[in-house]
Amino acid sequence: MRQRRLSRFLGPIRESTGVSRWIFWIGVAIVAFFVILAVFAPLLAPYGFDQVSADGVRFPKQGSPDGTHPFGTTVGNYDVLSRVIWGARTAIEVVVLAVVFSLVIGVPLGLFSGYVGGRADRVLVLIMDALFAFPYILLAIVIAFLLSDKLGQGVVTAAIAITAVYVPQYFRVVRNHVISVREEPYVDAARALGAPRRTIVSRYVLQNVIQSVPALATLNAADAILTLAALGFLGYGIQPTDAAEWGYDLQRAIDDAGAGIWWTGLYPGLAIVLLVTGFTLLGEGLNDVINPLIRARSTAKPEIEEQPGGEGEAAILSMDPPRGGEEPRGP
Amino acid sequence: MSATGDNRERGGGEPILDVRDLRVWYGTGGDPVRAVDGVSFSIGAGETLGLVGESGCGKSTLGRGVIGLLPDAAAVAGSVRYRGRELAGLPVKEMRELRGPELGLIFQEPMTRLDPLQTIEAHFRETLRTHRPDLDDDEVRRRSLETLAGMGIPRTRFGQYPHEFSGGMRQRIMIALALVLEPKVLIADEPTTALDVIVEAQILGILADLRRNFDTAILLITHNLGIVAEACDRVAVMYAGEIAEEGDAREVFAEPAHPYTRELLRSTISLETTGLNYIPGAPPSLIDPPPACRFHPRCPNAMRVCAERHPIEVRTKAGQRVSCWLHGPEEQIPEGGREPLEREELLEAEEA
Amino acid sequence: MNETAGQPSAEPSAENVLEVRDLHTTYSVRGSFFDRLRGRESGSVRAVDGVSLDLRRGEVLGLVGESGSGKTTLGRTLLGLVEATSGSIRLEGEELTGRGEADLRPLRRRMQIVFQDPHASLNPAMTIGALVADPLRFHKLVSDREELRARASEALERVGLAPASEFLDKFPADLSGGQKQRAVLARAIILGPDVLVADEPVSMLDMSVRAKILELMLELKDELDLTYIYITHDLATAKFFCDRIAIMYLGQVVELGPAADIYERPHHPYTAALLRAIPEPDPRRAVPRDLPRGEVPDAVVPPLGCPFHPRCPKAFEVCGWESRDLRTLLEDRWTRLSQDDYERERAGVGNLDVLDVPSVDTILPAPDGGTGEQPAEVLAAMRADAADDPFWSGVAATEVTDAGVRVRFHEPRVPRDLSVDRSVVRCHLHDPEALAAAEEIRSERDRD
Repeated sequence: MRQRRLSRFLGPIRESTGVSRWIFWIGVAIVAFFVILAVFAPLLAPYGFDQVSADGVRFPKQGSPDGTHPFGTTVGNYDVLSRVIWGARTAIEVVVLAVVFSLVIGVPLGLFSGYVGGRADRVLVLIMDALFAFPYILLAIVIAFLLSDKLGQGVVTAAIAITAVYVPQYFRVVRNHVISVREEPYVDAARALGAPRRTIVSRYVLQNVIQSVPALATLNAADAILTLAALGFLGYGIQPTDAAEWGYDLQRAIDDAGAGIWWTGLYPGLAIVLLVTGFTLLGEGLNDVINPLIRARSTAKPEIEEQPGGEGEAAILSMDPPRGGEEPRGP
Repeated sequence: MSATGDNRERGGGEPILDVRDLRVWYGTGGDPVRAVDGVSFSIGAGETLGLVGESGCGKSTLGRGVIGLLPDAAAVAGSVRYRGRELAGLPVKEMRELRGPELGLIFQEPMTRLDPLQTIEAHFRETLRTHRPDLDDDEVRRRSLETLAGMGIPRTRFGQYPHEFSGGMRQRIMIALALVLEPKVLIADEPTTALDVIVEAQILGILADLRRNFDTAILLITHNLGIVAEACDRVAVMYAGEIAEEGDAREVFAEPAHPYTRELLRSTISLETTGLNYIPGAPPSLIDPPPACRFHPRCPNAMRVCAERHPIEVRTKAGQRVSCWLHGPEEQIPEGGREPLEREELLEAEEA
Repeated sequence: MNETAGQPSAEPSAENVLEVRDLHTTYSVRGSFFDRLRGRESGSVRAVDGVSLDLRRGEVLGLVGESGSGKTTLGRTLLGLVEATSGSIRLEGEELTGRGEADLRPLRRRMQIVFQDPHASLNPAMTIGALVADPLRFHKLVSDREELRARASEALERVGLAPASEFLDKFPADLSGGQKQRAVLARAIILGPDVLVADEPVSMLDMSVRAKILELMLELKDELDLTYIYITHDLATAKFFCDRIAIMYLGQVVELGPAADIYERPHHPYTAALLRAIPEPDPRRAVPRDLPRGEVPDAVVPPLGCPFHPRCPKAFEVCGWESRDLRTLLEDRWTRLSQDDYERERAGVGNLDVLDVPSVDTILPAPDGGTGEQPAEVLAAMRADAADDPFWSGVAATEVTDAGVRVRFHEPRVPRDLSVDRSVVRCHLHDPEALAAAEEIRSERDRD
């Protein structure tokens, strides 16, 4: 049964054709590449993210790319390659945490609000809309600032700040979907069969609502990378001593750009662009593949072959093939 | 083909609409859906042809194919002649000009065809302005009001919006909108399916008056055999994209020549029904229909030839066109072809 | 409700599985977007308006009516899917109304429903096996995985989805329409209910498979001692399928009786009209012409008196004639006039909107600046052209005033349930009191 479920999910991906299939697989490849960087950062990175010397030798300051430092070094004597690889780890960590937090908060709230309705729903919608109307970067900064006293400026703080930005989106999507699913006859049928409310929500409503979440989560992940980088760039993100973070590196590289030191800014910037593109492609691909309403149907006209259709002699077929086979198939 | 003569005898002239070997296939990405696969029929002036079949047999596609209202992914082959003029392959623009003044349309759900933001008056004004720019405002108004009144819509409600009317009223408005241009052919696709039985009978009465008073040719597409029996002169029974049988409605109902027609009539539950009958199995997929006769897997009279050769259309003594080997032609049936077809028992599970 | 003669007796009876007394279900309507924009008031619809009936053990009771008749709402109210506004529903003596959802749950095992659309009533995200067995889990009857599967298999094979192993792991989308409805039936019987409410169970299926599902339902009924309520708009399947039939119109049961009687001797004019309107696959029949005019009226403001009177060919003095009927008749007349005649006549009356307020004492207004003589002429022309329209029987008096013609109607009577032969009919034609009242009116008129 589990296998069937998986194949039901993967089915549309296998069946999808053309552009959306390419978009999806390119997205998968890019994201997978960064996930591998993140997971194996300790093995792949030549140095630690805050390492400024090796074997007692201090790294050069703003050293141009060479054999020992293929991406060069920064103004703080860090190795750019190592910072980029360790930065992938930070980015993936924050994104995963933020997505998990948003799902854990946004989906149940949306389910509750949509299914129960009434006053609770109105209040929740009002709160979420207010959050949604807030400029997102400002919201993230405020949350990060408020939490920095208690949790410090680490990965968790950044993840929570980003979560606050995205919860309203999950809430909205889930709630609206629940409201339409709630009216489906199969939900009434479950009620008529005596299903407890809990069961109706988890087995009948959630299962049909959850399909819209993966694409949303992936697209939000792309957005989250940008928000994280923006926080770091503005100095409200992760402390440089806690982890490597591309936004912070970019900010540090601003002065270098004028001096012709291109490598300190280019590589973290490229990493951000690439990962955001990867998540976006993956999300769009998922959207196309999973959501049949958006999926572009093949609109090619079929070739009509001449075939037996009651037109006199044309109808006569050989008696040999007993069944099937004689009807020409379309390409 | 033998079909063409039919209307000339009846209508006393050229058929107004003549469809020959029409095919409409839909692209799906995989194998095409053969929604209409070699269909021929004709309708004379003042005649109503009922097109019946179960859902998914291609009857709606056929109606749309005739008037060129098909999605991009549909391929069309064959010929559709309207008063001698070939419509198949006509440029979109010319086709659009014909729809309305020459070929009228009525659909199942009238609400989706009316603009909720426009009054009924505006609907009529726009229709008449588009197709009859020669008429002045007074004439437009006069014609609209008379057509509407003829459909039983109160004149005082001319300025109201579609949502202010009941389902039956909206369908009357749709019919009036089609009729105000005085088309020669009216294609009605399940015009009463969404309506209550009494209102349905009212609408059928209106359609019956039409062909009597205006000599309009009507193609009435429906799944309801009762409607065909009451409202149509001739009937064509469709199965899996093909016409199984076509002929005078009385003859077909009294003495169905095709086993499918017979079984369909037997399985229809009417007030006269005393026992339940049904056709085993389910209507086939149009992507991969059964070879040879498409009905043979469900046919109680299937013979060996039915699974091997596509039937050839013949005319029965009573005048029906029928595609079934039971009616020959004898010389085309190979030796032993009349032996009953041996089949595996249909599993109950394979039935619908 | 009139507690006159008739089937619904006050005493609970052992052979009745379900007893419904004076049931009302009222919906509030918010009106369409346009209505709200224009500040139109919202109202309430009496979707079920005083229904009393008994369901006898082992029978098939048909609830037949057009859209808007309240038949579906009645079915949903019986199951507690919609809350009853007032009245009583007793399932083997136990009151169902006024219970909370949790209180109702144990009783749900005994009463099941099958909806019209088999596709929509199956959760698309669950396998057939899981779906069919789920009710057992709802009621914590079985929790063991293997047993759930075994019970699902048993139910599936019972409804003809055999071998069950072929269906257990399929999703609803993989099944044909008929197969889905079979799966719905399997799920409905798995709890061993007493009563099954079937809401248009075959109307979305192909003609060639409808009979098969009805046959299956009859088999299940015999094997499992079920009692059915069969909700439909289709009098043909009801005739075949039902033992007794209740004809519904605007939330009321207007006629209830043995199926054979309903078809052979319909007592209510509405039943007779429905029967005449069914298209029959018999080419000797022509399209019926003598049909009730108009459509089912707006349930927010139902007609006075008998709800069917505006369309009834046999309506007479006391059936509830009122101002709106005058407007309908006038506008209907105008559709038959030529444009010039219409315009002339239209100029003779003022704004007709005053007639929209239901009233038995109304005014056909004079045009602005005109006299009451003008609408009086129109009224006279109407009467001259359609003298035998039942509407005129309802007019008690007309009087020309400055504002227009005052038209007074006879006092409406609300029809009550009456026993006629083996049926219960809610129609004045069978009510000696109503007939006597009408007779009195006629003799008085003749005296004048």
